[in-house]
Amino acid sequence: MSKMRYTRRSMLKTGAAAVAVSALPAPMIWAQDIKDITLRQFGTGVSNLNDVATKVKEDLGFTLEMTALDSDAVTQRAATQPDSFDIADIEYWICKKVWPTGNLQAMDTSKIANYDKIVGIFRNGKLTPESVIAQGTAPHTVGFTSGPGGTDFVAEESGWMTLIPTIYNADTLGIRPDLIGRPIETWAELLNPEFKGKASILDISSIGIMDMAMVCEAMGEIAYADKGNMTTDEIDKTMAIFIEAKKAGQFRAFWKTFDESVNLMASGEVVIQSMWSPAITAVKSQGIPCVYQPLKEGYRSWGGGIGLSKGLSGMALDAAYEYINWYLSGWVGGYLMRQGYYSAVPETSKEFMSADEWGYWFEGKAAAGDILSPTGDKLAGAGDLRDGGAFADRMGRVACWNAVMDENQYMVRKWNEFIAA
Amino acid sequence: MAKSLGYPKDISAKMKGAGMERFLKSPNITGWLLASPLALVLALFLILPIILIVVVSFWSATEFSIVPDFSFENYAFLFGSSVTYTVFLNTFKYAAITWAITLILGFTIAYFLAFHVRSQTWQTALFLLCTIPFWTSNIIRMISWIPFLGRNGLANETLISWGVIDAPLEWLLFSDFSVILAFVHLYTLFMVVPIFNTMMRIDRSLLEAATDAGASGFQTLVNVILPLTKPGIMIGSIFVVTLVMGDFITVRFMSGSQSANVGRLISNDIALLQYPSAAATAVVLLGTVLMMISAMLRLVDIRKEL
Repeated sequence: MSKMRYTRRSMLKTGAAAVAVSALPAPMIWAQDIKDITLRQFGTGVSNLNDVATKVKEDLGFTLEMTALDSDAVTQRAATQPDSFDIADIEYWICKKVWPTGNLQAMDTSKIANYDKIVGIFRNGKLTPESVIAQGTAPHTVGFTSGPGGTDFVAEESGWMTLIPTIYNADTLGIRPDLIGRPIETWAELLNPEFKGKASILDISSIGIMDMAMVCEAMGEIAYADKGNMTTDEIDKTMAIFIEAKKAGQFRAFWKTFDESVNLMASGEVVIQSMWSPAITAVKSQGIPCVYQPLKEGYRSWGGGIGLSKGLSGMALDAAYEYINWYLSGWVGGYLMRQGYYSAVPETSKEFMSADEWGYWFEGKAAAGDILSPTGDKLAGAGDLRDGGAFADRMGRVACWNAVMDENQYMVRKWNEFIAA
Repeated sequence: MAKSLGYPKDISAKMKGAGMERFLKSPNITGWLLASPLALVLALFLILPIILIVVVSFWSATEFSIVPDFSFENYAFLFGSSVTYTVFLNTFKYAAITWAITLILGFTIAYFLAFHVRSQTWQTALFLLCTIPFWTSNIIRMISWIPFLGRNGLANETLISWGVIDAPLEWLLFSDFSVILAFVHLYTLFMVVPIFNTMMRIDRSLLEAATDAGASGFQTLVNVILPLTKPGIMIGSIFVVTLVMGDFITVRFMSGSQSANVGRLISNDIALLQYPSAAATAVVLLGTVLMMISAMLRLVDIRKEL
């Protein structure tokens, strides 16, 4: 076993790394040993898919063990139990919290074959050269570190990445058009008394506060310097508005997990709420109308990536790089895009999608035929358009990225007050 | 018991001689030895973790790490925050209401089983019937209320079709009502079982004596059965009160995350990696519950009356 590893490591040392990896023939070198490798990955439910693990076994030969947890638990585990995982599938704002603990190791971008094709959002922050960088924890601000042992963040593309971007999306409010019966155009509608007792917001403080800020700003109540990094005064004002609304009975419930949000919407308990894209899909697949409503103030966006545990070394580390390269090579991207997310390297995903799927999901074109989910459920029929339209229209209108604030602890205490109010 | 102890005793006697045997045979030592496995388990899995929680409650925390320390900051914040008082008050409210309802229900059901159902077969059968809901998990029993009580749920639709109400009742779900309903559903059995048990131990001749002495059914209930059932009531009450005080998931689901109790406060802290603050809250909760239980035990001496 060790002999094999040395072969490969010395190859990497001699600088043949880029060639070896980009050509992707590596499995043949250590095809025997790799079968014994097991990588333990954990993350939020969005990308921890068993189908991915199955495909990894098929394409790469090694075993990938998946554990799905909620965002709080993910943060907790990444920060406190570095030995319990090999690969952390986390969001960028979680990375801001976890990276300084030194539990993850920097990744050498020269070993990432498709690095140059990764969307600009994750490299210099700009989708197109003219894009304005949104507020909050924009992925590129926590995407790079100074070197192999770095626990800091650097602004430029340093060649050492903290997370390899895998999946991202633009979030907005979900609505039940059949129960509302009129157009919804602004975030402010969440607190519209018309929806008293029929609104909901998510009970994950770091994300919920963003949705709150989008609403308060849309109402014209508060002008934020940076919604992703509020002052205590801004937090107080935001919470005051929402505590008042809660006491007035505006909210039916709060939700913390994906399925709770689906149930609230599908049962009609709630007609307008903060929601995640696949939850909309889940409601629709029950035959219930549900729209991921684009709003004039823009989207609250998030991005996830995979990070490597500091404990990974030797052949397991090589396998992890192998996995990352495979991840960006298109199959997973296609799978995720057909669920409504975006892949970090869209052009490789295109090869794994039909022209109609690509047109519907990425280009915002009307579907020519039925659009199916990766598991075969019908999500849209001929003539349907994706809510919000094309990739550039959606990701180009991001108002704020999910973030963790400097005043996070203060915010969390205020959040507890909101829940107890 | 004596037989199983025989083997090690023989072996040790052979090895260490008669002195050792006498030592092991002394009743004092046997008692200690018999108690030691349980004591050891309790020390390891109960006392030690509690000590750890107390220790951690004095530590300080940054956003993603906890630092050993001896600071009263967590307690200062806890006792200085109005949220703590609101939340504790809310928890007491849930515990008190749930206790009162489960007591009335539990006592009535146990009374029916013990004194009205004559045949032992039926008694057993009905008692088993009470436990049927416990064949599935706690969470399932709780969550199944949600579609039932919802705006378009079975309860509302039935009431509307009967013409009792015109519009769906909003307070059925995601309210204090639904939280307490779930608690009562989950914990009534914990009241029934001990009360039923003590009622079955009541000497029936006492009831006959009461009747002979001219007591009415109600007088017998109040003056004979109730006092004799006290230990059962107290055991059931301890179960219910501690379970409700320590709960967090029922409140979260049934209130739609809109109400808070102490358990949720702790779970929120843990989720945000604020272990020291969570530990401090846990210590205060533990203290509160212990005080409640010791007050309850003052009222009835369980051991004496069992």
